[in-house]
Parts: sequence; C-alpha cells; structure tokens
Amino acid sequence: MSLWLLLAINSVTLGGLLFLLSAGFSLIFGLMRIPNLTHGSLFMLGAYFGASFVLWFHLDFWLAALLSALLVAAFGAAIEFLLLRRLAGSTLAQVLVTLGISFMVADFCLMVWTGDPISVATPAGLRGTAPFLGLVFPIYRLAVILIAAIIAALLWFLIDNTRLGAMIRAGVDDPQMARVVGIRVSRLFTLVFALGAGLAGFAGMIGSPILSVYPGLDADMLPLALVVVILGGTGSLLGSLLGSFIIGFLYNFGQALVPELAYFVLFLPMVLVLTLRPQGLFGRHAP
Amino acid sequence: MSENGSRAVNGRAKAVALMLAAGVLAALPFWVSGVFYVNISSQILIYAVFALGLNVLVGYAGLVSLGHAGILGLAAYAAAIALAAGFGHAEAILFALAATLAGTAVFAALALRATGIGFIMITLALGQILWGLAYRWISLTSGDNGINVAARPAPFGFDLSDPNAFYYATLVVFALALAAAAVFIHSPFGASLKGTRDQPRRMNALGYHVWLIRFYACLFSGLLTGVAGILFVYYNQFISPQTLALTSSAEVLLMVISGGSGTLLGPIAGAALVVIVKNLASAYIERWNMLLGAIFVAIVVFMPEGLVPGSVRLARWALKALRPPAAGGPSQKAEAP
Amino acid sequence: MSALVVSNLDKSFGGLRVTRAVSLRVEPGERRLIIGPNGAGKTTLFNLIAGEMRADRGSIALFGQELTRTASRRRAHMGLSRTYQIITLFPGDTLLHNVMLSLLALTGLRWNPFLRLGRQRDLMAKAEAALARVNLAHLAARPLADTSYGERRRVEIAMALAQNPRLLLLDEPFAGLSVEERRDVQKLLAAIPRDVTIVMIEHDMDVALDFAERISVMHFGEVIVEGSRAEVVADPRVKEIYLGE
Repeated sequence: MSLWLLLAINSVTLGGLLFLLSAGFSLIFGLMRIPNLTHGSLFMLGAYFGASFVLWFHLDFWLAALLSALLVAAFGAAIEFLLLRRLAGSTLAQVLVTLGISFMVADFCLMVWTGDPISVATPAGLRGTAPFLGLVFPIYRLAVILIAAIIAALLWFLIDNTRLGAMIRAGVDDPQMARVVGIRVSRLFTLVFALGAGLAGFAGMIGSPILSVYPGLDADMLPLALVVVILGGTGSLLGSLLGSFIIGFLYNFGQALVPELAYFVLFLPMVLVLTLRPQGLFGRHAP
Repeated sequence: MSENGSRAVNGRAKAVALMLAAGVLAALPFWVSGVFYVNISSQILIYAVFALGLNVLVGYAGLVSLGHAGILGLAAYAAAIALAAGFGHAEAILFALAATLAGTAVFAALALRATGIGFIMITLALGQILWGLAYRWISLTSGDNGINVAARPAPFGFDLSDPNAFYYATLVVFALALAAAAVFIHSPFGASLKGTRDQPRRMNALGYHVWLIRFYACLFSGLLTGVAGILFVYYNQFISPQTLALTSSAEVLLMVISGGSGTLLGPIAGAALVVIVKNLASAYIERWNMLLGAIFVAIVVFMPEGLVPGSVRLARWALKALRPPAAGGPSQKAEAP
Repeated sequence: MSALVVSNLDKSFGGLRVTRAVSLRVEPGERRLIIGPNGAGKTTLFNLIAGEMRADRGSIALFGQELTRTASRRRAHMGLSRTYQIITLFPGDTLLHNVMLSLLALTGLRWNPFLRLGRQRDLMAKAEAALARVNLAHLAARPLADTSYGERRRVEIAMALAQNPRLLLLDEPFAGLSVEERRDVQKLLAAIPRDVTIVMIEHDMDVALDFAERISVMHFGEVIVEGSRAEVVADPRVKEIYLGE
C-alpha cells in the first residue's frame, strides 16, 4: 500500500515536471502549429546552464534556475527570429529546422560539459524528508509539485487575464483573423517561442536534482512532452496539466507493473488520441 | 535541337553516367585504400537503401516519417532473433521481411489516420514504441545488451565475412533496390502516388483511392527499409535498441532531405554525406553531430530542394552564365525551365 | 430516367444550415445552370453531389443509381466528373501528364507498379486527343506552370471530359477569364455532345444565360426559382434576390 502511495506521489511530481516542460511546447504548438523538436534540447540546456551556475559560480539554486530560464528564453527568441521566421508559411521546413537545431544543441552540450552525468544537489532547505500521511516523502518532490502549481496559476493568469494572453488565445484560434484584427503575429510568435523555451529551461533546472543532467536527456524528454501535448490537446493549458499527470502516472505505474511494456503503455494513448480524437482532450484544433 | 532530340541526348548521357558509376562502384575495393574504406562504402550503400525506402514516403508520397528507424530495427531484430533461435540465413531473412511487412502494415494503418504534421507525430510515437519494446522487452530482445549475430551468410560459396565480399553483396542488393525504386517511380502507380502528394483532393475526385495508394506506398517503403535492416544487422553482426532511437530516425530523414527528396539520387547522396561526415570527418572534426545539424539547417533554409537538385540548379545557372548570349530563335522553344 | 435527382438535400455546419431541403431534377442531355448570390450554397451543393461532403438528410441519384452513401472516389467511376472554382491541377507536370492522370484514374492500370508509364502509347494517344478537343494539343509537352490561366481552365475541362462522364459539374468555369478566353470556353462547351449532361454554377450572366436551358436560382441554401431562361429572367423574386439586397 505504501509503495503505491509513494509511486503516486512520484507520479504527481513527474506530472508537475512534465507540465513545466510541456506547457511551453503546447503554447508553441498551439500558436505556431509546429511541434518544436528542439524542446527537449532546451530542457537539457537549461539544466546544464543551471548546473553550471550552481557548481562553477556557486550561485543560489533558485537564482541559477531563473538565470538559465532567461538564457534559454533568449536562445529561443534567437531561433525564432533568425530561422523560423524566414520559413514562415512552411511548417514542415520549420519542424525540420528545429530538428537540425536539436542535433546542434545536443552536440554543443556534449562539447562543453562532456559525457559524464552531472548531479545537482537539492537546494538547501528542501533537503531531506517530511512525514506525510504516515509515510516519509522527499521534501523536494513535494516542492516541485508546488512550483508546478504556481507556474500553472501564473500562466493561467497570463492567458486568461492579460492582453498578451488574449492575443495568444486569438492566435491559437485563428491566426489569419488575428492578423486582420491587428495583432502583430510575428512578434507574438517570437515572444511565445521565447516563453516556451524559457519554461523548458526552467523545468530542466528544477528537474535536475531528480533526473540529473546527462547527454540524451533531450531525447528522453522530448517524446514525453509530445505525448502530453497530444493527449491534452495543443494550445490548452488545462490539457497540458491533465495530460502531464496522466502521463506521470502511466510512466511510473507502467514501469512498476509492466516493465517490459512500459513504453508501449506510455505511447499508446498518444497513438490512440491521434487516430481517434486528434484534437486531444481539450485541444482547439487537430495537429 | 528539337525536344525529342534533346531528350534523346539526355537519355544517352544518363546511361553513360550510370555505366560509369557502376564501373566505379564495382571496382571500388581496388581503388580505395584499405578495408576501412570498403566498410564505409558498404555502410553508405546500406544507408542509401534505407534512405531510398524513406524517400518513397517523404519524396513521392509527401509523408514525412520520424519513425522509420523503428522499421529498420524491426527487420534487424527479427533477423537476429531468428538466427539466434537456430534458423538458417534464408529462413531468417524471409522471416524478417515478413515481420517487417506485417509491422509496416500496422504502422501505416495507424499513421495514415493523419497527414502532414499529424503523420510526423504518429510515426514519431510509433518509432518510440518500437524502441521502447526493444529496450524493455528484455526476455525477447535482451534489452540494452542487444543481440549478436554469430556469422554472416555464405551464399554460393562466397563467405560474406570477408569485407570485399560483403561489399559486393551489398552492392548487388543496392542495385536491385535502386532498380526497384526506379521502376516504381516511373510506373502508373508511381504517378498515382505522386498525384496524391500534389493534389490529394483532386485525385480523390478523379477516382483514385488515396488512402490505399498511400498504404501500398508505405508497404513498399517498409520493404526497402526492411532490406536495409537485414543488411545492417549482417554488417554489424549486432543489433541494439540504440538503432531504433529517435536520433536514428532523424538521421535518415536528414539524409533524405539534405540529398533532395524529389529525386532518386538525392537520398543516395544524402546517405553518403551523413556516413562520410560521421565516420571520416569525425577524425578531423570532433563535433560532427553539430556539423550535421548545421548542414541540415543550412540546406532547409537555403537549398530546400536538397543538394542534388540544388547542385544541378547551380550548375545549370553557372553554365548559362558562362555561355555567350543566344541570338534568340528556335533554341529557345526547346528550352524547358 | 433522369440524369440527376436530388431530393430534400440538407446540410448544416454547426448551427448554420447551408443547404435547405434542396431538390433538383436534371434530365439527360440537359444544360442546367445554377445561379445565386455569394453564399447561396451552390458550391456546397456541388460538394454534396460529388461526395466530398456528406449530407445530413436527403438523397442523390445518378441515372437511377443511389449515390448518397457512395464514397466520393467511386463517383468518378459512375460517370460523374467535376471542375473546381480554384484550379487545382498538377503544376510540375506537363499538360499531357495532367490529362493522363485523369484517364488513368478509371483504369486498373493505375495500380500497376511495374510497367513504364511513359510507354503506354494508348493512354498517351487518348490524352493527346483529349487535349486536341480543347485546342491544346500543341502544348502537350509544356509544364502546366508555364501555361496561362485560360489554358489551365481548358486543361481542367479536358481532364473532366476525358473521363467520358455522364454528368459533368462545372463550378464557375468562366471565372477569371478574359473575353477571348471566355468565348473559347463557350465554344468548347457548346460542342460537348448530348450524351453528357451538364450542370454549371456561374456568376457571369451573359455567357451563362446563353448556355443554359433550365436555370435553378439559389438563395440562402434553398432553390427559390426554377424554370426556363425566359421564366427565370422574368420572375420578380429573382430580381429581388439580385437587386434588393
């Protein structure tokens, strides 16, 4: 019984982390109609940057997380502005470019940080365990859930209550119409891509005490972001939230119950959704 | 020169080029310096078959797949498992081809529910599922340890464990695959397929069964990919889940796109490019993945039709720029842009 | 037996009823014109008849054969051909290849992956004949991208006729054509024999009225008026639809 509870808490943690990862992916996909195949690399880049800030510059964990988020966001903005914008109108070309960039980022990380995995210490104050429901849980894992909730709330506020959010929603619903109404769609694209990238970078750092940082992290995370967003629906924050937790549970329980078919269990929902209900649980449009 | 006249010259030029290329390839073990390069050439040919298979979908059906390494892996694992179970080479190969076709049929039935970006994502997911099975279904695949292939076949007395012999066997298979692809493309079915790529709605209205055409194209693509997978597992005498990873599917897509998806030769050129960069450039440049990625991005942005058509275009432009200006007249009529 | 019988056809998109209980009866060999202001639902009606959309209610019959449940790709095999408002042909291919695709569609040959398409003399000869019918045989080897808009319209008509349809649906065949090009197409259409029944959607009144024997006027998804040229022109409701907006 306690094993299941532990698994459940870990699943919620993973779900929180996946939400941080896929919220950005979902926004980008919803607004720009491209699955950003660089997203896993951005997650990994954020983790490496953050780890470097902590280990080499001895910065505070949270400051490092923020800084790396900003760095990755800037990088994302550059990708959008310099490359993706040139290929506006051809989503296939844009997807291919993100693929090519993921190769470059992965190799860059290998070059700078070599092949050894880097473990980042859990931030001070959140170390150790706490009693909860008669069991002990790592505090940091609970903290990740809280962080995800806070970010979710902030994003919600952004999307639902600000002008920027309204523009994003308009762009997701109908980009042509949004242009006609005077929304500077190309600037919006850069902003949203940067936001998505920053979120991914932030998620990478937040996840690093749990997942550590290693070459191949990008290839591990990208498909998860993809499944979450397809399941939850592109462009939908609620969908990403729900999808993240469903996948978090599927991943952990799948590994525990049917280890040989773990990935099958994980990706089957994605295939089912794409074939039966392409817009996902809460999506506005099919991919 | 009349239209028919220039077409005849073109045809003759192509035939000559083809024979030259065949001669060069046939004599390869004699003019490259050492076994290492013979093996590289075998690799290029194997990946060329793989890329040809993927290009049936990308270039001629207009469907981009990011899961084809899964199909390659399926064939490789099927062969390796059959061999490990004690079957002979012929049976293992047949089994692998059959398994690949069956797997591709399922793959296609699911993936063809969507087109465009949706197709890319379903194939990515399906490739991941196959990778996950290879990685986790340890009782069947030994997981990360992979499966070894004890020996290469020895058909008609030629022991393929000799690198030269293996190269020739691969060359023969490659030639057959290329011929099959060429026949396919120039056939009525090939025209139907290309039509569905360009105007699926119109093709449907004309009376074509667009889904079924695409499905058969997937099967042919799977067949070629399976052949490459079998060659692959015999070449390496080993198969592991890494071969089915997303990066592998991305690499073969890179081969197709960089060489040029609209042509038969493009994927071959792309395969050569990637294999050479991986194996040879890596001796001089440590960061070959970054180079590959950069080349890919550059091609997508600046030469989207790919290296082969792009180079042809550049060559034509250069020739025109060097030729003295024509006085106008009959030669212009024959000039097809 | 009528060439085309449409009964109580109904189609809605969400809350919007685009086709309202449309009924039509076109006799073999007839030249029927469907007119109406923009948004009247004319192209939707064509899409329903051709099968690209499925009707919510009602039935469609072609020469007595029920079509309503038949997949759209089968309708070409039953003798139905159509052209589109926006030309969607194959720009990278020659005119000959475009027409060949149209001919190939109805033969078993289209599934053959072994033969060389370029050696199918029979097919190529038929395609050349189809192009000759629209006076474009001299451009057979020209890529479609290098032809004028008017020439492309004629290629489209050639492709539709090449399939020997019993019923030909023409969606605004005169749209975007110059005066001369219009006359060419007019002559073309007039030369089509009576074993092809033609239903046309058009905006260009003069040319269309010349062509039509019976006219159906649509407005907001309904057929408001139907009759001969003279009857429709004189009908006050028609004047109201076009002028009283």
